[in-house]
Amino acid sequence: MKVEEFAKHFEMNVLTSEETLNKEITGMYICDLLSLVMSKAKKGDAWITVHTHLNIVAVALLAELPCIIIPEGISVEEATVNKASEEGVAILSTNKDSFKVACEAGKLL
Amino acid sequence: MKEGIISKEYVIPANDFAVAGEASSNVKKILIQLGVEPQAIKKTAVSMYEAEMNVVIHAGGGRAFVEIDEEKILIKIKDDGPGIPDIDLAMQEGYSTASDEIREKGFGAGMGLPNIKKYSDIFNITSQIGKGTLLEITVFFKVKEFIKI
Ligand SMILES: Nc1ncnc2c1ncn2[C@@H]1O[C@H](COP(=O)(O)OP(=O)(O)O)[C@@H](O)[C@H]1O
Ligand SMILES: [Mg+2]
Repeated sequence: MKVEEFAKHFEMNVLTSEETLNKEITGMYICDLLSLVMSKAKKGDAWITVHTHLNIVAVALLAELPCIIIPEGISVEEATVNKASEEGVAILSTNKDSFKVACEAGKLL
Repeated sequence: MKEGIISKEYVIPANDFAVAGEASSNVKKILIQLGVEPQAIKKTAVSMYEAEMNVVIHAGGGRAFVEIDEEKILIKIKDDGPGIPDIDLAMQEGYSTASDEIREKGFGAGMGLPNIKKYSDIFNITSQIGKGTLLEITVFFKVKEFIKI
């Protein structure tokens, strides 16, 4: 499922530019330890994390994760959003918690 | 310089999360362009990112030297930081001296060095207290094993 479709379906806020929404989501990974994400997340996974600093973009790029989902209505630094837009990584935000997002997404992915 | 070898050098900044990971990302792009197989790219990306972040977080910055030929990538990451007093201990999963502030950012899980060992094909680490640390990471590309003979 394309990031754009995913964001629409789950009524998430798209923080990054339109160009970041074209990649395919094939799974999901939830973790806040960056070392674990780097080594364990699979290409195509949407990544749920509470981190919002710039380095999450580098991690998503290196691990080939099409999108980062920020739960619980946590706000994201502008610098992170800009960097993600530049690099083609989508950032979506939602008021739901990670469990809710995962349960809903699990029915579709 | 031998033909067919790509050499790159990167400056790794200290404590600057804005550019941290840039050297690894750049190397990854080069490997994709060269058509290296995804498995080797993943191994390289994980190893180099962890090494790069260690230099950012623990060593006050450093340099990366990268050499790519048709059968492998060799990454040397060098810093003039405090050095590692007990390498065996540092290599243990979960061991970390990272500050709380760093941990709050999602680093400092103590998995960096173990991950590098796991994902690289050859891994060397040497360190001198007060002088710095040198990591040498090699990842072999698979395709060439068939061609060599
Ligand atoms: N380049 C380095 N310079 C100084 N100390 C380092 C360096 N790399 C690693 N270390 C030490 O080894 C420990 C373990 O490293 P690592 O496994 O990457 O875990 P983490 O970075 O999460 O702490 C670090 O906490 C630090 O004490
Ligand atoms: Mg580390």
